[in-house]
Amino acid sequence: MTSEAMQREAAAPGVPVMALNHITLRFGGVTAIKDISFDILEGEVRAIIGPNGAGKSSMLNVISGFYHPQEGEILYRGKPRPAMKPYEIARMGVARTFQNIALFKGMSTLDNIMTGRLVQMKSGLLAQAIWKGAAEREEIEQREKAERIIDFLEIQAIRKAPVGSLPYGMQKRVELGRALVSEPSLLLLDEPMAGMNVEEKEDMSRFILDVNDEFGTTIALIEHDMGVVMDISDRVVVMDYGAKIGDGTPDEVRNDQAVIDAYLGVSHD
Amino acid sequence: MSADVYYGIEVVLNGLMTGVMYALVALGFVLIFKASGVFNYAQGVMALFAAQTLVGLQTGQIPFSHLINAMFGLEVHHFGWTLPTVVAIALSLCMMILFAILVEKLVLKHLVNQEPIILFMATIGLAYFLEGFGQLMWGSEIKRLDIGIPQGGNLWIENATAGLGGDDFYGFYIDTLDLYAAGIAILMVAALVLFSQYTRTGRALRAVADDHQAALSVGISLRTIWVIVWSIAGFVALVAGAMWGAKSGVQFSLSLIALKALPVLMLGGFTSIPGAVVGGLIIGVGEKLFEFLIGAPFLGGATENWFAYMLALVFLVFRPQGLFGEKIIERV
Amino acid sequence: MIYREVGEFKTSYRADRQTFPIALDRYAYYTLLAVAFGVVPFLLNDYWVKAIVLPFLIYSIAALGLNILTGYCGQVSLGSGGFMAVGAYSCYKFMTGFDVYLPGEAGEWVRYALPPINVFFSVLLGGVTTALVGILFGLPSLRIKGFYLAVATLAAQFFLVWLFNKWEWAFNYSASGQITAPERAVFGINVTGPSTAPWATYLFCLVFAVLLAILARNLTRGHLGRSWMAIRDMDIAAEIIGVNPLKAKLTAFGISSFYIGIAGALLFAVYLGAVEVGEVYGIQKSFLVLFMVIIGGLGSILGSFLGAAFMVLLPVALKNLLVGQLGWATDIAAHLDFVIVGALIILFLILEPHGLAQLWRTIKQKLRLWPFPH
Repeated sequence: MTSEAMQREAAAPGVPVMALNHITLRFGGVTAIKDISFDILEGEVRAIIGPNGAGKSSMLNVISGFYHPQEGEILYRGKPRPAMKPYEIARMGVARTFQNIALFKGMSTLDNIMTGRLVQMKSGLLAQAIWKGAAEREEIEQREKAERIIDFLEIQAIRKAPVGSLPYGMQKRVELGRALVSEPSLLLLDEPMAGMNVEEKEDMSRFILDVNDEFGTTIALIEHDMGVVMDISDRVVVMDYGAKIGDGTPDEVRNDQAVIDAYLGVSHD
Repeated sequence: MSADVYYGIEVVLNGLMTGVMYALVALGFVLIFKASGVFNYAQGVMALFAAQTLVGLQTGQIPFSHLINAMFGLEVHHFGWTLPTVVAIALSLCMMILFAILVEKLVLKHLVNQEPIILFMATIGLAYFLEGFGQLMWGSEIKRLDIGIPQGGNLWIENATAGLGGDDFYGFYIDTLDLYAAGIAILMVAALVLFSQYTRTGRALRAVADDHQAALSVGISLRTIWVIVWSIAGFVALVAGAMWGAKSGVQFSLSLIALKALPVLMLGGFTSIPGAVVGGLIIGVGEKLFEFLIGAPFLGGATENWFAYMLALVFLVFRPQGLFGEKIIERV
Repeated sequence: MIYREVGEFKTSYRADRQTFPIALDRYAYYTLLAVAFGVVPFLLNDYWVKAIVLPFLIYSIAALGLNILTGYCGQVSLGSGGFMAVGAYSCYKFMTGFDVYLPGEAGEWVRYALPPINVFFSVLLGGVTTALVGILFGLPSLRIKGFYLAVATLAAQFFLVWLFNKWEWAFNYSASGQITAPERAVFGINVTGPSTAPWATYLFCLVFAVLLAILARNLTRGHLGRSWMAIRDMDIAAEIIGVNPLKAKLTAFGISSFYIGIAGALLFAVYLGAVEVGEVYGIQKSFLVLFMVIIGGLGSILGSFLGAAFMVLLPVALKNLLVGQLGWATDIAAHLDFVIVGALIILFLILEPHGLAQLWRTIKQKLRLWPFPH
């Protein structure tokens, strides 16, 4: 349990940012996701939990548009979302972090975070070739936005460090920064606390809650640490072997027998 | 059937022969790539160097004679004795094994955790080094290589097929050397497949190709494996170099064959031994047929310079992993 | 102690992101430019220009181009030689009056030709043509990566060399298949042809080199450069955060080919004067430029210049030493060149994969602390 146990009031009923209906995802002969339906409400923190191999990362990939499910439909703000290229989805305001950290190792922290603003940077080839004038102004504007996130995440000291040389916990924070700087409406976090010690987890939880509070960003996260999940999420989806076995508030899910069985490894048909 | 069709068939048969030779060079690539993940650009130069060494040993050349002459003002070129072919082949093989040991010690060991592109560029550097070194050691003149395999159009086949397409048809012209090369290549492929499937070392090779860490954890010495793999590749290079050298002389252009092996690997997949063979055959036949049907009549000829690459390119766009390669799944 | 950034605190983002944040660097850069434009032209003689300076400038441009594609964007290309040929031949056509043959009324072919274009613009147009060809051959990069892409560029290399060998219109139906640069002038001063002054050719190439270097710096410091590097480092992640891989890769191919085409055009028109495509623009040229980029440093503008200087100077130095001083045969020098280059490539990749540019940065780092060890 994190010591910063902020009590979350129940999220006000809002418009589902995302609704996933009867999603089935197959890789060749393996069915990773079997007929799962759930929604993510505006402004809430939605956790996806489950034992290893349950299909949580695949689910996140479906939400982010990287995988296209063979069956089912995805509604984004009530409208069906067509199968799009990943970069088109980014432009719709969906940002994510990755389980194994997908930072650009050849660049510094600042540059990595600036890449999060790529979608918003519009200056054309000619303007950039000349640099002085429009392109430089835009670069400075975006730099200001990046610096705000750097302040928020307290990573000023490592601004110019090449990310490859940073410790794991810092890299995860930089990756969060890159996702945040694009001012997403939906933020997907894939095991943001993995490999962290207690203090780092407290910091990360604080950042996630602050993001949700200050910017009103809707957040969906995959997480294994039950304490974190119970403390910071509004609602939880539980997956096991590709199917949904629980859906509700943390308290409801914590006491559900099917969920307990799944985690204890009780076999079921 | 008209004579033209028979000429077409002859082109195909010759293409198959050439394809087998390509496959031989490609085999060396596949071996090294499978075991160490390194795409060895130097494979072609290794074939050239092996052939140069073979000729040099056979004819009793003094190594580095050109350099020694320049430094000390001498005029020596040969020791004066010659070696029987078999001995020369054995000694050349030793040379290639020595080369493998040195490459592992001086190059591979230091680049263990680097990205594949860095390793690839290191092998380009190795190729340049070996090329210059080979020229310094054995001289850069074109040399005739004679390893006792008969050459020239095979009379038996020619006579047997004469007259098939009409009285003017002289019969298929197929070089006896090519027949021997095909036979040897098939033997080598069979031997390599048996080796990798049924011997302990072969199993270790496959383990290393799969996962370095796991192989290390079961006690396989990565470095020994690399030396073995590069030695085998050196042996394959020797055979390929000897065949090509006997066919068209030992000269610089031998190293360019390595470049031709690339499209072979594109088609066959980088990690597949049968793929190297099938890819070689397809490229060999393809480029000869294209030149025969379209290149020479309509495009002014010499299309063999680029056709293999274009074919591989088109193929790659539709099937990036080649015919037999492992499908590349990108995980996030 | 002498070279330091103590006290160099930046108070604006603009100052923080400038090309030369350390004042000493800035002054050194301006001085270098002043010397290059104002002093060197008077010091040059024909040998220096022909053997060292012109190839250095021209290959620096080519190395810049390849660095943009391979060093910044991570797309390996072995087709530089072929693209240089495109630049050279298209420059030639523009210089001699670009012509098309259209059917006339009586069914015969009528020749419509543009007037010959000034050599400066012909070189630029050569670059533009190469950019278009580069984009075309870059299309496979959307499906193919790594070594496979290298093979695709080899296809471009061999095909283009074959093309300019066979396509008679490209060399104006000359019997030898060679193209020769006609005498042309800029502001009344000859830069191509047999009777050029060394300083004129030098300045002509220098202008291109400096402008293109500044352009490269600007393109790589902004969001375009970052999207290239993102694709280089992790292309899937790049796509997920919003980089359009098609646009980014094709832009890299286009701009890189623009540079390489200009280098090829300058190589032909100003430096060699007459070329035969197989000899000059073959695969050896592609490797030469690639080595410059590796030795100089991938992803570095300074590195492109350092690598070009190195690869141009090495054979000259070897020849002077071995043939001039020791009297050995020239082919020994050539073979030793290969041996040394090959060994150095391996050495650099082992010890300093980021090339001479990184070496330079390390030296500067030490200079900041000198005479203290740390």
